[in-house]
Amino acid sequence: MTVSLSPVLSARHISVNLGGKQILDDVSIDVSPGELKVLIGPSGAGKSTFLQCLNFLIPPDTGIISLESHEIDAKNPRALSLYRRQVGMIFQDFNLFDHLTAVDNVAIALRKVAGLSRDEARRRAMAELDRVGLSQKSGLYPAELSGGQKQRVAIARALAMDPKVMLLDEPTSALDPELVGEVLAVIRDLAAGGMTMIMATHQMDFAQALATEILFMEQGRIIEQGSPAELLAPGSGTRTGDFCRRLLDAAPAAAKD
Amino acid sequence: MSFIVDRVIPALNDGLIMSLALIVPSSTIGFVLGVCTGVARVFGPRWLRSLGNAFTTLFRGVPLVVQLMILYFGLPNLGIYLEPYAASVIGFILCTGAYQSEYVRGALLSIKQGQIKAASALGFTRLQTILWIVAPQAARRALPGCGNEIIYLIKYSSLAYVISCIELTGEAKILVSRTFRPTEVYLAAGVYYLVMVSAATWILHKLEERFAVPGFCGAKK
Repeated sequence: MTVSLSPVLSARHISVNLGGKQILDDVSIDVSPGELKVLIGPSGAGKSTFLQCLNFLIPPDTGIISLESHEIDAKNPRALSLYRRQVGMIFQDFNLFDHLTAVDNVAIALRKVAGLSRDEARRRAMAELDRVGLSQKSGLYPAELSGGQKQRVAIARALAMDPKVMLLDEPTSALDPELVGEVLAVIRDLAAGGMTMIMATHQMDFAQALATEILFMEQGRIIEQGSPAELLAPGSGTRTGDFCRRLLDAAPAAAKD
Repeated sequence: MSFIVDRVIPALNDGLIMSLALIVPSSTIGFVLGVCTGVARVFGPRWLRSLGNAFTTLFRGVPLVVQLMILYFGLPNLGIYLEPYAASVIGFILCTGAYQSEYVRGALLSIKQGQIKAASALGFTRLQTILWIVAPQAARRALPGCGNEIIYLIKYSSLAYVISCIELTGEAKILVSRTFRPTEVYLAAGVYYLVMVSAATWILHKLEERFAVPGFCGAKK
């Protein structure tokens, strides 16, 4: 038996066409347990659309998505809700619920979706906030938190649902540079704990250190994929390597501003 | 002074009771109608949205006095006879509901799409998202506007006297025609409205404070 090698999440031949423009063109991915797949590529390559397709926030025009070999029927609201509970999503701009405190942001889905009692949900939510180092901030509203803290609450909120896979859509892109580290540290802990993840990011150091595979996207397609060692090796001549060097070249210039 | 105490206050108190009997059900039922219409206009299927839009266009577009006259003087031609009180309350509910729906609609549209996506991603159904994420925020955003509409309603309830529903303004007018002392009577009636509006303003302010959340409009930090 090769149970451990069967993918947790599998997407086959995903295509999306919005207003006559082909945003995704036959994209496929398989994620095995514990893997961290990193999507990189220029803006507009379709990374964010692809991640949102994976939990049907943007319904794909064609393609099949399966969780643990069960094909998802997105037309069935119950099946879709159950599926989304198992696929955590982290957004670039956090999307915390503005009217709820940090702990209630985490607890609300536990109560309303997972059906926990108020007390149970609160206990669980506190435990998740503790895991991202924010138990001291549980009573604060989103407007009272820094960007990094907001993103950590968002991660706690997703983790509370016990997801089998996490989708992270540029989780540090909206953060001030000095706040990026605290969020990456949480994601690093998750990876070390064996969480299966697909992450779009421009943090190349992070990708190089932790990715099990890098997928380079351009114009709605995956044009290169492989381990960081393969794609980023000096002299490999890959588009990925080229892209990363340009990112790294740009970084010191930006820091001088 | 004795004229005020003996004649004006008893008459206006009778009128006040009728005014409150108009305002309280009109504002509460009108508010519920406004919320339902507003939600239907934002989240409803296409036909329901069109229906809500048509309703709002009609009842915001026609002067309230004309609406009341149609209800009271016009409907009997169709065999529908309404008491002055019933015609007034129905007219107020429809008119205030149309305005409230506009405040509610604006508030619903102001909720960031990202939060709706985040709720969906956590497994919330569409209805759960509206109930637990959109509505609580929209209610806070809509509160100042909806409160404003209730204050308007307190004052335009005076139009009921036009279709012979004798409330505060009606009682004042009758008293003036009997005593020919318009200055004292109408000034006193004005004070009655001012007190009602002030009380409503105070209650609404307390409500806003009660539900204030940091980072939301009007919330002090």
